[in-house]
Amino acid sequence: MNIGNPRALAIRIAFLLLPIAISLAIGAALVIAVGRDPLEVVDALWKGAFKDSRKLGGVVNFWIPLTLVSIGLVVTFRAGLWNIGVEGQMMMGALFASWGAQYIPLDESLAPLLHLILIALAAIGGMFWGAVVGALKIRLGVNEIFGGVALNALVNVISIYLISGPWQPRIGGSAQGTEPFPTPALLPEFSARFPTNLFMIALVIAAFLIVMVMLNATRWGLNLKAVGANMRSALLLGVATERTSMSAFLVCGALAGIAGSYRVLFTFDNLRPLASGGIGFLGLLVVLLLSIRLLWVPLIAFAFAAILTGSTRLQIALQLDSSLAGVLQGLLVLFVILFHGVQEVFFPQTMADDETAEDSVPSVSSVVKEKP
Amino acid sequence: MDIELRNIHKRFGAIHANNDINVRFRHGRIVGILGENGAGKSTLMKILSGFQPADQGDILIDDRRIDYKGPTAAIANGIGMLQQDPLDVGAFTVLENFIYGGAEGLTLKRAQAEAQLSDLTARFGFELDPHQPIDNLLIAQRQQLEIIRLLALGVETLILDEPTTGISAEQKDILFDALRRLARDEGMIILLVSHKLEDVIDLCDEVVVLRAGLMVGEMDMPASDKDLTSALIADTKGQLVTMMFGEELDAQSRPHYEIGAPVFIADKLIVQDLRLDMQPISLTVHAGEVIGLAGLGGSGQELFMRACARIQRVNSGSLHFDGNNITGASYRQLFRRGCVFGAAGRLEEGLIAGLTLIEHTALVADDKLQIDWKSVAKRADTRIDHYRIKGAATDNIEQLSGGNQQRMLIGLLPDDPKMLILEQPTRGLDVDSARWIWTQLLERCARGAAIIFNSSDLEELVTYSDRILVFYAGRVHELPDVSRTSIDELGHLIGGEF
Repeated sequence: MNIGNPRALAIRIAFLLLPIAISLAIGAALVIAVGRDPLEVVDALWKGAFKDSRKLGGVVNFWIPLTLVSIGLVVTFRAGLWNIGVEGQMMMGALFASWGAQYIPLDESLAPLLHLILIALAAIGGMFWGAVVGALKIRLGVNEIFGGVALNALVNVISIYLISGPWQPRIGGSAQGTEPFPTPALLPEFSARFPTNLFMIALVIAAFLIVMVMLNATRWGLNLKAVGANMRSALLLGVATERTSMSAFLVCGALAGIAGSYRVLFTFDNLRPLASGGIGFLGLLVVLLLSIRLLWVPLIAFAFAAILTGSTRLQIALQLDSSLAGVLQGLLVLFVILFHGVQEVFFPQTMADDETAEDSVPSVSSVVKEKP
Repeated sequence: MDIELRNIHKRFGAIHANNDINVRFRHGRIVGILGENGAGKSTLMKILSGFQPADQGDILIDDRRIDYKGPTAAIANGIGMLQQDPLDVGAFTVLENFIYGGAEGLTLKRAQAEAQLSDLTARFGFELDPHQPIDNLLIAQRQQLEIIRLLALGVETLILDEPTTGISAEQKDILFDALRRLARDEGMIILLVSHKLEDVIDLCDEVVVLRAGLMVGEMDMPASDKDLTSALIADTKGQLVTMMFGEELDAQSRPHYEIGAPVFIADKLIVQDLRLDMQPISLTVHAGEVIGLAGLGGSGQELFMRACARIQRVNSGSLHFDGNNITGASYRQLFRRGCVFGAAGRLEEGLIAGLTLIEHTALVADDKLQIDWKSVAKRADTRIDHYRIKGAATDNIEQLSGGNQQRMLIGLLPDDPKMLILEQPTRGLDVDSARWIWTQLLERCARGAAIIFNSSDLEELVTYSDRILVFYAGRVHELPDVSRTSIDELGHLIGGEF
């Protein structure tokens, strides 16, 4: 590490703070341009997210699925795969859980067992949809991005068919959503003042820890990294490359599926079209923002969740469209990635990743880029 | 133009790659840059050609101090370098590639460029079809293209890094003729980085020798004024080796081991690709046996090896390994049974840029789910020691020099394989490193491993093989008794005289 070098440290801190400052400044300029006070907006966002424990519960309810998909995406990115299909994998998980919620006849007394079954079903659904992307990629050479986009569309069509067909409400059937699921199937709130589900929070933390250990301390994690960096070499070094890629899709699919189940079993209480709510795509941003580092995923996901949850208040308090928060968030991601690239090109010595730092023979490409 | 390098220093961490180099290159001279792997030759040439800056020191062109940054600026100053792996753009045609490096302004003057291209190719006896895609060219042709591209850019000094690796004897003659004419007729400076002493003696007017970052000697070569006799070549070679290593190396011979039971059988194997129709090949390899594949690049030996390793489709015939039919098996299945393939392109096929030496070691360590990083690190250190790799266990593999990458690649081979299929196992290595690698490989033979390897170095083939298969345009000729074959004879066979 370069901590001993004050100049390098200064550059690193600057590159951490500058993109945040710039995106905030542009955001503030936008707010001023529509005739509002930026501080008002900050206040509204803050109150929208943290005014009381109910609001905080809302943030957590967004954080749970977002963190789950982000952890899954770290796995697929590690294997060099762009799992755009994560959104569809959430939806497929939601569909599987919805089926179970409607058709598995367990009563209130067995609710915890039912919840486990539904979550497992959701994981299987997500894995199934992830496996399809993986099989298309591995067996037929279909790029996972194209496969993912197609499967996202397909699962949406399936969900709309189910909602307006076999699963439509008995009265007033429409494409709005199914009937609310029976109470035993729904995940319970911790309390009315903190309306969130503790079991799921525990599950997220467990998933985070398990994946962290798996990535760093197991052969599987190393295989993922090897396959992501150079599939051909990995094969020749004896890595089962196809199985490794597939496992990444399965793990990500399972986590996305569980995230999807939370949307239908807690957030909405029924199945609706697009129940995944773009959270999968948001997870891609979280992971890109962190350059695929798992450690900060829960924290950044929490920040994203807070901003988005808080933004609902913009409309009520300031008559500003809540999409403003999305704009702010987009600006932040854009500038962080931009500055990351700039730092990589112009100050490679100061990159946080120790392995690429000093005291080593640089490759030609890094030398060509080297600044005096 | 004359070039002078003054007090050049370059450090990579603890390694002093160039330590106070002072040397003068005069116009019209062909100069060989010699040294074992890691001696600092490539570093020096990269500094001269602008690919990396020196830490200290001056470059003077015609006694004028020049300060340039980047290869483009070096070319503008008349210095161009031909990389070991030609840097060109695969999907382009020859002509497009030629234009690509030299275009100024937005319009590409196609007709004019084509005329210039054919003019230059004709002048040097090169064979380049302007409308061929680059992907279809041989390495030698890519080099030729790169040379004329640099010439068209007005380069007066041409640096070549291991240009004879992977090209045929015939192509080498064409290349050397062109280089001689450039030096004699046009007064260009030609700098040749090479491990192949025969080439250096054949082509160069003088040599500069580096050892461990220091310049340890200069010497005039006899080529310019005397006819080369084999005695003179051997004598000069001895002097050069002494300068490079500080001591003269004996010609190596290998011990021969008990040949065991058959481990690998290819029966009437036919493989094909777009450019080559192979004749059926039948080969039985026994435990402890070394099979050398000779032939010009692209004669079919690479296809055959890859088919044996199950990473190339087999058109017909069958393969058996260790008693099992593996004709339809995957490489991974072979790997698990003890057959390992080592490809020639280290960082493309074999090693993984971005992973450390420790991580590489862990990849091949075992199949246990949990990785004990401490013991893996210890293992990596043992290998670094044993294979004399210059680098730390925590270095990323791409930070090592090419020769050290090759040592690591060999170090990653299992200790007791049943069979090794190796593409050019000592490509780009100096004599000493190459011998070291062979010592390691032969130890595995002694324990019963069979080896199939190819090489463009005839001496290597004759020294280490029990049997040699010579490939020419998809035809195959077997030499059952290598001890009765001379390098000269093998050279003729490679040219298709069978």
